[in-house]
Order: sequence, then C-alpha cells, then structure tokens
Amino acid sequence: MSKTNAFPWATWGRGLSGLVFALVLWEVFARSGFYSKALTPPLMTVALKLQDMLMDGAIFAHTGVTMLRVWLGLGISFVIAIPLGMLMGTSNTVQRMLSPLLSVLMPIPSLAWVPLFVLWFGIGNSSTILVVIYASLFTLTYNTWTGARAINQVWTKSAFVMGANSRQMLWHVVLPGTMPYVISGLRIAFGRAWIAVIGGELLASPDWGLGKLIFDAREFLETETMLAALVIIGLIGIAIEKLFLRRLEAATIERWGMVQGDRR
Amino acid sequence: MKRITDILLGCIPFVLIFAAWQWLSVFGGFPQKLVPELGQIAQTFVRLVQEGTLWNAAVSTLYRLLLGFVLSGVVGVLIGIMMGRHKTVEDRLLPLISFLYPIPGIAYAPLFVLWFGLGDLPAILLIAFASTFAVIMNTWRGVRSVKPVWIKSAEVMGAKSTDIFWRIVLPGALPFILSGLRLGLASAWRILVAVEMLMSVKIGLGWMIFGSQTFLNTDVMLSTIVLIGLIGVVLEKQVFEQIERRTVVRWGMVRG
Repeated sequence: MSKTNAFPWATWGRGLSGLVFALVLWEVFARSGFYSKALTPPLMTVALKLQDMLMDGAIFAHTGVTMLRVWLGLGISFVIAIPLGMLMGTSNTVQRMLSPLLSVLMPIPSLAWVPLFVLWFGIGNSSTILVVIYASLFTLTYNTWTGARAINQVWTKSAFVMGANSRQMLWHVVLPGTMPYVISGLRIAFGRAWIAVIGGELLASPDWGLGKLIFDAREFLETETMLAALVIIGLIGIAIEKLFLRRLEAATIERWGMVQGDRR
Repeated sequence: MKRITDILLGCIPFVLIFAAWQWLSVFGGFPQKLVPELGQIAQTFVRLVQEGTLWNAAVSTLYRLLLGFVLSGVVGVLIGIMMGRHKTVEDRLLPLISFLYPIPGIAYAPLFVLWFGLGDLPAILLIAFASTFAVIMNTWRGVRSVKPVWIKSAEVMGAKSTDIFWRIVLPGALPFILSGLRLGLASAWRILVAVEMLMSVKIGLGWMIFGSQTFLNTDVMLSTIVLIGLIGVVLEKQVFEQIERRTVVRWGMVRG
C-alpha cells in the first residue's frame, strides 16, 4: 500500500476482480447444466429472489426474529457472566469452586443440547435462546474472570493507598480494568451465539428465523432462497462485527492502551 | 492439603446440580422419560459403553472430524501461504474470504445436503469448509508476520528460495499456523454434532442424540453429551497443548 493517503485503487481493483472471477465461475458452472439449475441457480435467479424477499418483507421478519433471539440470549449471558466472572476473579474460593464446572461445560458444543432442550422446552424461542445462552455464557465468564485476574496490581495497590473503599475499587479500578477482556469476550461470544442461533433454528424452530428459512427451502428445493439467506446472514455477521464489536473493542483498547483478551 | 480443598470446593457445584436434578426427577412431577434419575443415567451410560454403542458412535464422529480437519488443514495452509507470499493472490482472495468467514458453517448444511446428498461425504466436506477459513486467515497472518530482516539476511548469506521457505518462512509462521489449526479444529468440533443431526449420517454421537429425541431417551442423550464433553477436553488438553509444547514452545517462539 502507498505511503500517501491516496485511495488504494490497485488493491481494490484486484479485490473486485477476485470477487467477479468467483461469481463468473459460479455463473458458468450454473449454466453448464452439470448440475440441475434447481440446485445451482444462476446469479440472476438468486438476485431476483433476494429482491422478492426484500419487497414482501418476509426476510425482515425472519431476520428480526433471529436477531431478537441472538441479542436476548447474549444479553442474559452478559448479565450472568459479568458478575460471575468478577466474583471468580476477585475471590479465590469462588474461583476454586466454579472453575472445574466451567471447564467441564465449556467444551460441550452448544448445538449438542438442542434436541434435549426441544424435549424439555419445546421448539421455538425458549430452546433457541437457551442454546445462544449456552454458547456465549462460558466464554464471557471465562474472559471476565481472566480480565479480573489480569488487573495490574499497581493500580489496585495505589488506589488502596489513596484510600479507595471497596465500592470505589470495584467501579473505578476493577471494572474498567476488566473491560477490554469483557469486550473481546463479547466478540467471541457473538461469533458462537451467531452459529448457535442459526444451528438452533435449523434444528428447532417452529416458523420464523433465518435458519428456519434455509431449512424450509431445502424441502422445496429452493436453492436460490438458501443462497439469498446465506448472503443476508453473511452481511449481518460482517455488519455486527465491523460496525459494532470491532469499533467497541478498538475504542476501548486504543483509548486505554490495554492488552487484548485471551482469544479462546 | 491445598489440593484436597481444591477438589472438595470444585465438587460443590456438581453436588448441588446433581442434588437439584435428583430432586426434580423424584419430586418435580415431570415424566421419568424426560427427567430420569441420576442412577438411571449412570446405568444407561455404563450399558452403552459395555454394548460398544457409544464407542462406535464416538469413533465414527472422530473419523469425520479427522478427515474434515485434515482436508481443511491442507487446503487452508496452502491457500494461506499463497496469500502471505504473493500480494496479488492476497488482494484477489481476501475480500471473498472475509465475506465467507463470518457465515456460520452450519448454515450451509441444507445446501450441502442438496448438492452432495445425505451421509458422510457432505458432513466431512462441510466440516472441512467451515473450519478452513480460520486456518487460512491465521496462516496468512503468520506468513506476513515473518520478519523481512530474517529473509533478507538469509538471502545475503546465499540461501536458495526453497531453503528460505522451509527454514525461515514456515517455522516463522508456525505459531500462527498452529493457532489457526487449533481454532479450525475447535470450530469443526463445535458444529460437527449438529452437522450429523442434519445430514442423517448412519452412526455418530450427534445422530445418537438426535435419534434418541424421537424415542424420548433422555438418558441416552445425556450419556452422549457427557462423552462429547470428555472428548472435547481431551482434544484441547492432550492434542493441541502437546503439539504446541513440542514445536513452538520448545523452539522458544512462544512461552509455554
């Protein structure tokens, strides 16, 4: 890349050419008749389908339901994980009590629970939200815990010497010090929650959600609907990652000049 | 002494959960099929292990994981190295990969079923596809992170380009490649169970959970989940920490 602030035309051009090449390859393959057009629809069919879905608003309902599930689940996880992680980071007894439980539950893939949740809570919102909670809770707790332990001892000691009481210590030293870890935990948690919600909807959704949209499309061999939904899923994932999470992370880490969290 | 208190403290939440479960099962008024007693679950677990059902399912699941992971590792490392070494390749592939990377692999499952049918083939391909992006991105970053000074000094000392690649670029990028492989394996593991449920494979841990749902065999489902958790711990602790200890930690590239 050039040292001046000029727009990197060459890089963008090459990037675009890579995308165009991939799309042309798809188009040629789709029209070659090697596979049925129902299975590999040409780009125009996918684009028209996407337009259809945007026009009749169905896609917004599906997206809205999926987003609601993901954010509600993440929110519940957040509310549980932050105090829990802080408690584990600050109290040695709590840490020794809970860390074995955490290390047993964390490696179980959240989606393995879906059929069980379906038996207990039926298909629909409660099961999908529970999967999201399971997928995000432990990472978030783990990161908060790591963050609380990684707080610079000099800060706590100087605050102590300057006569901070325990409440001031929590709100002005420990919590801000843990924030970078919490935020990078949130990024990882979102990635897992996003997988969990789509997988959960594929396995256990009654009638709405992007995962359900894809699942139903298979029954009717509507490959273009699947591809259109995949495009939407990709765009939402990128939008949340770039516009929300990465900015949040960069803002805190850059502003406070702190280390990044453990990327588990 | 500290060890013993550690173990005792660590047991408390498990004891509480088990007690609550047992209480729910006996006095909660839920059907035994849905909330079986602890003894029942333990019996089922032992029976499944003795019959070999659990073992067979685990072997075929691990076989899928291994094949998918090897495929994604080979393809991912190759593409990542190409991208790291050649600017033109990097510019062409990066936008495409950055778009595909955040799409959850599991979302492709119905599509792969349409394209490749049901069973092993689409499951393995999907596992490979879903986990390859983490490998590509990390390998690419790793190759980019190799210090130009190292390459220049080797050139000055008369090293051939193949030597430079095998002795400098590859070892230099290895910590990143390994962490990419680790992330790839973790993401493969995270969706594999669900992929098995959606692909109706003949045998496998995910399929065992999914199949038990129809017959309300909650005890079988929970037994399978216990095994899944154990395998997850072993994969993390034994496989990857060992590899890292023997390579990059030993060479002093990262701290153990």
